[in-house]
Amino acid sequence: MNRLAVTLPGLELKNPIMPASGCFGFGKEYGNLYDLSQLGAIMIKATTEEMRYGNPTPRVAETASGMLNAIGLQNPGLQGVLTNELPWLEKFDVPIIANVAGSETADYVEVAKQISKASNVHALELNISCPNVKCGGILFGTDPEIAKELTAAVKAVSSVPVYVKLSPNVTDIKAMALAVEAGGADGITMINTLVGMRLDEKTGKPVIANKTGGLSGPAIKPVAIRMVYEVSQVVNIPIIGMGGVTCVQDVVDFMSAGASAVAVGTANFVDPFICPTIIEQLPAKLDELGIDHISELVGRSHRV
Amino acid sequence: MIIQDLMTVGSQREIAKNIFEMKLTGKLVGEITSPGQFVHIRVSDSFEPLLRRPISVAEINPEKNEMTIIYRAEGRGTSFLSEKRKGDTVNVLGPLGNGFPVEETTAGQTAVLIGGGIGVPPLYELSKQLTTKGVKCIHILGFESDQVVFYEEEFAALGETYIATVDGSNGTQGFVTNVMSELSHDFETFYSCGPMPMLDAVQKAYVHKKGFLSFEQRMGCGIGACFACVCHTNENATDQAYVKVCSDGPVFPAGVVQI
Repeated sequence: MNRLAVTLPGLELKNPIMPASGCFGFGKEYGNLYDLSQLGAIMIKATTEEMRYGNPTPRVAETASGMLNAIGLQNPGLQGVLTNELPWLEKFDVPIIANVAGSETADYVEVAKQISKASNVHALELNISCPNVKCGGILFGTDPEIAKELTAAVKAVSSVPVYVKLSPNVTDIKAMALAVEAGGADGITMINTLVGMRLDEKTGKPVIANKTGGLSGPAIKPVAIRMVYEVSQVVNIPIIGMGGVTCVQDVVDFMSAGASAVAVGTANFVDPFICPTIIEQLPAKLDELGIDHISELVGRSHRV
Repeated sequence: MIIQDLMTVGSQREIAKNIFEMKLTGKLVGEITSPGQFVHIRVSDSFEPLLRRPISVAEINPEKNEMTIIYRAEGRGTSFLSEKRKGDTVNVLGPLGNGFPVEETTAGQTAVLIGGGIGVPPLYELSKQLTTKGVKCIHILGFESDQVVFYEEEFAALGETYIATVDGSNGTQGFVTNVMSELSHDFETFYSCGPMPMLDAVQKAYVHKKGFLSFEQRMGCGIGACFACVCHTNENATDQAYVKVCSDGPVFPAGVVQI
């Protein structure tokens, strides 16, 4: 028995660990450092219909136990991803989750339709929560009705299961989760970054050119855990949890909160080997906890 | 190849006000292929401060597996780093990026090396490699004041060295450009590292010469994955052409990057 294997809609994961979208590019940089087939899955950087340059620099700023970023969905566009990025990843035995972004329903639909046909794309992650683009993204992620409609529109054209990435920048995360579930989502990924700002010590002005950025890193883990805990109790679709994961204990925490798999984001920037390191340490952690299979952890925080 | 190495601190000393020279030993040194490459350092074992600090390599000694880094302790991260002592270990990722092309200047030719502040360190290994192959190096080094001047004698031992300080407390008063305008020598190539306005001035002054500039930009991952350190390029400036400073650079031929 593979104690780490997890099955989710569209995804046969050899382990529940995957790099989070936007923190791993399209895999090439990390592929030079280790064999990507070790990973449970890869959530590739957001793809939009047209190529995007993104925001002006500075695009990142460090904060207490975290960082702000406002990259602005820089990516080579749908055709670039289909032609250059996805084929390169085919040599690895790893399912790809393609993050789909847009500024209106039609863009999301077009990208989803085409990218879901790529042979190694096993699921889509609908990005309705990027805080760093002017239109689209976050708007879809803060209004339950709009999120539901977009989910349904993408579901209608996608050849693979659709996961929706939720924004923490809402009053009621459960309402958002229920809305995308009602829209036909096969799963939820959460959380995206929290909108934040850092000021320059000398000038008093925002450090990031975009002024606001998305906060990630260990600082946001308690928020993410709380939200996974809440959402997992009201939906019947699986959750891929993320937000500040840096070690094997964090993985245990997210699964205990209710996640079925866990993504590692910002920690990849600090330790590029963090994903294989965590995967290697998981079996010993299960022994320590006295459990046979990792899925036994899921939701134990609220299990009766 | 990029590796993550737990390197040992051989020495650490303050060589000018808040400027530290640290010698580190480890197998990573054997992977360095050109002067101007940099390393990405975790300054603490925890995730606070979170991100690594990109620091250029000032000198390498492959026989001893030793490298020297010179950095300014100004923020939290570099202040942490300055507290490391001989025998401590430091988690270093590298070597990263593409360095200065030594091969672009041939024996017998002259190269001008222009550095500003904490952009000066990588020019030291560059000058060593250039002079070793028979290139005449002229160094023009700019600093805020005499208090933060470092490696003046080390550079002087390799070739003519001119210092410029903003307050005139050492060498020419003003900027490296003041020294450049007085320079009577002809030269074949220039290499430069320092703040953006200085790189801009150098590039404009030597527009007909072959030159290479090393850029600094806020970084995240250091390996090209996070897209934090992108710059527009001059070709196709209206379009979306870009380079990543960390993995496409930090050294680019003069004129490539939009300043």
